[in-house]
Amino acid sequence: MSVLGTRVVRIEDPRLLTTGATYVDDLRIPQLAGAAFVTYVRSPLAHARITGIDVSAAAEAPGVVAVFTANDLDDVPPPPADNPLAEPLLAKDVVRYVGEPVAMVITETRAQGEDAAELVAVDYEPLPAVVDVEEAVKDEVLLFPEAGTNIVAPNGPEEFDDAPFEACEVVIERTFRNQRVAPVPMEVRSAAAAWDGERVTVWSSNQNAQTTRAIIAGGLGVEPDKVRVITPDVGGGFGAKIGVDRDTVLVAWAARRLNRAVRWTETRSESLIAMQHGRAQVHKVKLGGNRDGKILAYRIDFMQDGGAYPRVGPLLANFTTLMAPAVYEIPTVQIRSKVVLTNTTPVGAYRGAGRPEATATIERLVDIFAAEIGMDPAEVRRRNLIPADKFPYTTPTGLVYDSGEYVKALDRVLEAAGYAELRAEQERRRAAGDTKVLGIGLSSYVEVTALDFPNGETGRVVIGRDGSATVYTGSHTQGQGHATSWAMIVQDQLGIPMDKVTVIHGDTDAIPVGTGTYASRSLQVGGIAVHECAVKIKEKARELAARELEADPNDLVLDTATGSWHVQGVPGTKLDWARLAELAGEEGLTADVHFKPSRPTFPFGAHLAVVEVDTETGQVRLLRHISLDDAGPLINPIIAEGQRHGGIAQGVAQALYEEMAYDAEGNPITANLADYPMISAAELPSFELLTMETPTDVNPLGVKGIGEAGTIGATPAVQNAVVDALSHLGVRHIEMPATPERVWKAINEARGSEKRAAQ
Amino acid sequence: MIPATFTYRRAESVDEAIELAGQYGEDAKFLAGGHSLLPLMKLRLAQPEVLVDIGRLRDLSYIRDQGDHVAIGALTRHHDLATSELLAEQLPLLHHAAGTIGDPQVRHRGTIGGSLAHADPAGDLPAVVLALEATLVARGPSGSREIPATEFFRGLFESALEPGELLTEIRVPKPAARGWSFQKFTKRAIDWAIVGVAVQGDRIGLVNMGEKPVRATAVEQALASGASIRDAAEHAADGLSPASDVHASAEYRAQLARVLVRRGLEEARARA
Amino acid sequence: MKVTITVNGRETSAEVEDRTLLVHYLRDVLNLTATNIGCDTTTCGACTVLLDGEAVKSCTVLAAQADGREVTTVEGLAAEDGTMHPVQKAFHENHGLQCGFCTPGMVMAAVSLLKENPRPTEEQVRAGLEGNLCRCTGYHNIVKAVLAAAEETA
Repeated sequence: MSVLGTRVVRIEDPRLLTTGATYVDDLRIPQLAGAAFVTYVRSPLAHARITGIDVSAAAEAPGVVAVFTANDLDDVPPPPADNPLAEPLLAKDVVRYVGEPVAMVITETRAQGEDAAELVAVDYEPLPAVVDVEEAVKDEVLLFPEAGTNIVAPNGPEEFDDAPFEACEVVIERTFRNQRVAPVPMEVRSAAAAWDGERVTVWSSNQNAQTTRAIIAGGLGVEPDKVRVITPDVGGGFGAKIGVDRDTVLVAWAARRLNRAVRWTETRSESLIAMQHGRAQVHKVKLGGNRDGKILAYRIDFMQDGGAYPRVGPLLANFTTLMAPAVYEIPTVQIRSKVVLTNTTPVGAYRGAGRPEATATIERLVDIFAAEIGMDPAEVRRRNLIPADKFPYTTPTGLVYDSGEYVKALDRVLEAAGYAELRAEQERRRAAGDTKVLGIGLSSYVEVTALDFPNGETGRVVIGRDGSATVYTGSHTQGQGHATSWAMIVQDQLGIPMDKVTVIHGDTDAIPVGTGTYASRSLQVGGIAVHECAVKIKEKARELAARELEADPNDLVLDTATGSWHVQGVPGTKLDWARLAELAGEEGLTADVHFKPSRPTFPFGAHLAVVEVDTETGQVRLLRHISLDDAGPLINPIIAEGQRHGGIAQGVAQALYEEMAYDAEGNPITANLADYPMISAAELPSFELLTMETPTDVNPLGVKGIGEAGTIGATPAVQNAVVDALSHLGVRHIEMPATPERVWKAINEARGSEKRAAQ
Repeated sequence: MIPATFTYRRAESVDEAIELAGQYGEDAKFLAGGHSLLPLMKLRLAQPEVLVDIGRLRDLSYIRDQGDHVAIGALTRHHDLATSELLAEQLPLLHHAAGTIGDPQVRHRGTIGGSLAHADPAGDLPAVVLALEATLVARGPSGSREIPATEFFRGLFESALEPGELLTEIRVPKPAARGWSFQKFTKRAIDWAIVGVAVQGDRIGLVNMGEKPVRATAVEQALASGASIRDAAEHAADGLSPASDVHASAEYRAQLARVLVRRGLEEARARA
Repeated sequence: MKVTITVNGRETSAEVEDRTLLVHYLRDVLNLTATNIGCDTTTCGACTVLLDGEAVKSCTVLAAQADGREVTTVEGLAAEDGTMHPVQKAFHENHGLQCGFCTPGMVMAAVSLLKENPRPTEEQVRAGLEGNLCRCTGYHNIVKAVLAAAEETA
């Protein structure tokens, strides 16, 4: 019986639970003995000219080794002349967001760093700041005057064709905000660097060591082989640690300038304003359909807030565009997008990266359409979901959905939730005039994983003379349990027990080529690479065994239960893996694979959220959350469930609690963890997960990616539930996060207009 | 993350604490549980030059039945208030409210004296001692004095304590009217109250409805003149200026106050 | 000033700045790095340790305040022979951790919770862990783990 698909507890855990993991700040290694500490001085203004920096007081403070500003960066490649939007390492002349690094203070101890940083005197001449994309798009306040505009990567038609909507019985037009959030991995950004002659080792908390190496090499103007990146344990990434940003490049630079090891760990307050943010889109949408529930036309014209520097903004907008039609068969789909720069923290990938936004908007719109035509939102979905017999399905945006059972997923969730009983309870409370009302919200979603499939992933497996297996993977865990999953794959294919499998990642010397972990790609590229390595090793072993046992290779049998080979019919004579590694001689028993799938894959599902709303205060309580997230066959159900739980929690948090808010001057007002409402266990119920495994034909194991699916499905289900709770009062929409005050305002407005209507 | 440099002194007795405070004057602050002061110091919003640690004065940690009142040592921790059977029986409002402060870790350190001296209008205990009409006992260089809770909270983070004075005891009269309620409205469980209401009989203390903790005097007057709970509660925000901040607008706070006062009075009535 | 703190049963002593936080004493002086720092507002609980047997946030306790006291970190939970504490075991068996960053603090908070309430309901577990944030797990399996540990030890 295969170990695949069984519930295996993680081999990573004992270490994490007893001695603790080793994150960058935990490193106590000889190369970092006596390392100096880096503390950044950051801009307190959203937009300003730097008119002077006086470091003299700081330089004289106790324990200060050096104070650097942009003027000291004379040994790095200049910003590309043809890119007026280039992001500098330390701000020079202009700061464009609160939190932008302006100077760095290097000290003997951490505490001295905080002390000395306060003494760096920066003179600023404030400039007008633009914070909202709707303002920034007017190009009245420019972040980069040389560029002449704040708009980046405009995409889509100049003019939209209105004809398809004119043919519809019902047309709905809305503007939705998918609010800016902060990723808040529990481990903040952290890095350390030490040079040895011409070569630097950088320890960094990131999601892809090889790309990180390229970024650092490029930033310093050295060849990539002069940089070794070692990623120890990472305390969460969620997209915010894809590659590294200027703060980490500067750490490597400072170590070179000082010829001394340095290390850096930001504070949480710094992280909330200086680590990239997520989401931040504004959608103008139009939906046209008929009263029979059929959606005929959908238009989304949206702006991606890029923040002050356009890092991956255009990519995010592209993902939203690709997934805009979502799970529905819609005859006409019109999409336009642009990235708009604002005087805020740069926006990057955050769990879902462009896909939650696409789904949240269309799921909201479907519910509004349902309310408009007086049809149950589940029924409207059924009438528009891509039917099971239409796969593979080519979308209007050119993607090919591999496999899906959208209607079945929805129906299973409705059944598990007890939809009819929930509607009855909702009605009962309304009829009784209960101040605490019930809301039921749905979402159907499809998501794209491994969208960067051409990059593939690398794997290398080496069988040791002791019969163990060492796996080198380009995948890059931040908690996803790859060591366990890849060991399961090896055990399944080769019969080497998991406790004899070691998985290595994150060291560019050991793994020079690799892509990393994001976009829910790892299992279907990295895991498959390991799988393919195992298959290759099996074939090599077959040849070796055949030669040794003087038999036809086709007669060799691998018994995975014992991890040994024998000739068919001669079970008494066995060869184990240790022996085969020996037989492989100098060459060793190894395999290298760079697996590049031919296409991305499309997990899908449905969520249902049940909320209780206190109509006197607007307080929302999530009572139940039922989800079905189908990512194909499950290699390890425990790990898949954990990914879904975490994703759901983040999705719920965006719907009800989290927002990275700025005031009109560009000051972040939720700038520490007390004010930024990341939720605890007390805010959530236990979740109800349903299992469905619809395979893909893209890879031999039929697997898709699960990491971001929960987030994508959860947010709209919860937002829809809140609105549904108040639909009897005439509320049709509430923006996210649906805080108590927002909900209370919506109730008031609805009651107010009710009163006015009655008069 | 790391406080500015300071000198740490530890007091072995109340007298020594007062002496040390007197020695350093305005440069010194008392450190009890540290969960009001240290968070401010870590963000460098407070930078006292000297901390006088009074956290070891165990003889200031007690809960005693004194017949007509309960005497609570100022260094009694929130955890001890929340797990005291005596308080559960005699002062359930205080018992319950203490159990909602922060989280379990915070409650293992924070003290009633520290919370009250901090005089944060968003704190739970000031509103509670107002509703319970407690008397606060302070000791300083010129001896001991008693301060009614209603005179203790002067302004934003400003108490009636003179420099060099520390709280030693909180005396809470056993209430004649036994009905009580504590309505604490938060977004997340761990948050400070957006608005809170402490009810003991017909006495109502308000959390976060202005610069300092106050009684809902307009409501109390309405009740005294025979108004129904529903009508009296409408006056919850009268004469008050709650803040507008990242957590809530003033208008919303006023609305919450009206709803929570009504619910608090109804619950207290049901418990009476 | 000199502080003497018994950590995981072993007496430790060092000359530290008065302003040294207990968490920095543990991490930087004793090199017990399992206890993590996740915030600067006493919110996240990643730094939770036991001080005289009770869960506290070590980022908001001065080393000076722990002078002469007993501190237990997650490194001190397992038995001498390496057998995991029931709470550690339950976290392992119930997939109560992913990246592991919040885990040491979460485990210590759970140990303290179960000490004070050996038979908590799910609601009490969730309320009891409100001072410990996790971004990876959604808390579902953490709660399961604590309830399982309670089942085993009660």
